[in-house]
Amino acid sequence: MSSQEVQEKVIGIIADQLGVDAKTITRDTDIANDLGADSLDFAELMIVFEEKFDIDIVEEDAQNITTVGQVIDNIEKQLKTK
Amino acid sequence: MTKRVVVTGVGLVTPLGCRVEDVWQSLCAGKSGIRSITDGPLSVFRTKVAGFCDDFVAEDYVSVKDTHKLDRFTLFALASAIDAVRASGLDFSKEDPFRCGVITGCGVGGLGEITRQQDRLRTMGPGKISPYTIPKIMANAGPGQIAIRYGLHGPTYSIATACASANSAMSESFRAIRLGEADVVITGGTESAVTELGLAGFCSMRALSERPVPPEEASSPFDAKRDGFVIGEGAGILVFEELQHAKKRGAPILGEVLGYGATTDASHITQPDADGVYPAEAMRAALRCASLAPEELDYINLHGTATKLGDLAETSAIKRALGDHAYKIPMSSTKSHIGHLLGGSGGPEAIFSLLTMRDGIAPPTINLTEPDPQCDLDYVPLKAREISARRVMSNSFGFGGHNVCVIFGKFQ
Repeated sequence: MSSQEVQEKVIGIIADQLGVDAKTITRDTDIANDLGADSLDFAELMIVFEEKFDIDIVEEDAQNITTVGQVIDNIEKQLKTK
Repeated sequence: MTKRVVVTGVGLVTPLGCRVEDVWQSLCAGKSGIRSITDGPLSVFRTKVAGFCDDFVAEDYVSVKDTHKLDRFTLFALASAIDAVRASGLDFSKEDPFRCGVITGCGVGGLGEITRQQDRLRTMGPGKISPYTIPKIMANAGPGQIAIRYGLHGPTYSIATACASANSAMSESFRAIRLGEADVVITGGTESAVTELGLAGFCSMRALSERPVPPEEASSPFDAKRDGFVIGEGAGILVFEELQHAKKRGAPILGEVLGYGATTDASHITQPDADGVYPAEAMRAALRCASLAPEELDYINLHGTATKLGDLAETSAIKRALGDHAYKIPMSSTKSHIGHLLGGSGGPEAIFSLLTMRDGIAPPTINLTEPDPQCDLDYVPLKAREISARRVMSNSFGFGGHNVCVIFGKFQ
């Protein structure tokens, strides 16, 4: 999966889960502050990413994620080592 | 000085649709909302029919985000509440939020979500359980979400008395307003238990109809051939309001809440007492609460689920409570059209009772083609009837032995 594909898929998932327009989401978008996700929304998002990409996002990594770009980087890293 | 309580708005989600006037027209035309369960995981059970709210589109009422976060029973409640509040003309930004509450009924809560997450737990492990699970399945999610939607800070809770839940909720809402504790209470009931576990459980009890007949003929209360209830999903929400409060803002008044009565069988957790002693007491208590003689009652929306024993018990109870008047009063079971919405059932049934008064029409009990000789009252079989109804009673009885009857009157 190319970087571009990962980015599109991540943004698509976020847009669907949080009910926001995908076009407004960039790598710099802050998931909590810009998209209004609360702690439960965030935890649910991580589970959906894990399922859709068949990966595991470790708790420590998840705690440090705030932006969409950080999600993409984490997923790409894991997909490479799979 | 106790206050008077009126109904100023109603909304519903049922297997016959989600628009109050359309559903009412369908009921009066004798239509059924029951369909067959054709495929998928729900098709493996002995019962092959149910009432699904196929016309319900959650996105018409809530954000996409909320469709992920709310279980179907909560979406039903929220959608019905939105329609009810809209009909009432209430603008909560102009109300004292501490004088407005939400008291609704629900038998079980998010049964479908419980099963989904339990499956994930077993197959994928604890790390894959949705953080929405608990706030989604809890039975009080309905009133909680309605309160959030409108910013209401008055008393808000959910009541669970199984299939009597909505009537219990309306009783408590009536009390809260009558005693001056609130000006507005959003009330009624909701349920979405037509799920694998719901069907499996009720089938295992042999409570559901299994007869191989066309789906629209399956729900047949008081008929000699009846063999259990047809399960349905849906909600009915009503806005209860203190009379002066409603008058002051020129609200539309659909009817008045006159009283309620509640008793408990305290004999068997699911099986009703065939003599109907305790539901009869609930009806008497409701009449006393409303200061009415039995003869002053003009119509009853029956519990009438179509179980062998339940219909007999209700028939006996009505005779005990009303005496000779039992044989003179029209009554019908609208479960014959939409099935049994369990904890939600009393919501739509209260709305139908109010519309019966408004339009002077008793909806029929459909599928009553071969009356059970032991059920010998006037169930308005097959065809709707014009009646003069100034005071009506809506009955609901629930597993646990709960008997709750609510009486509405034409507002004058």
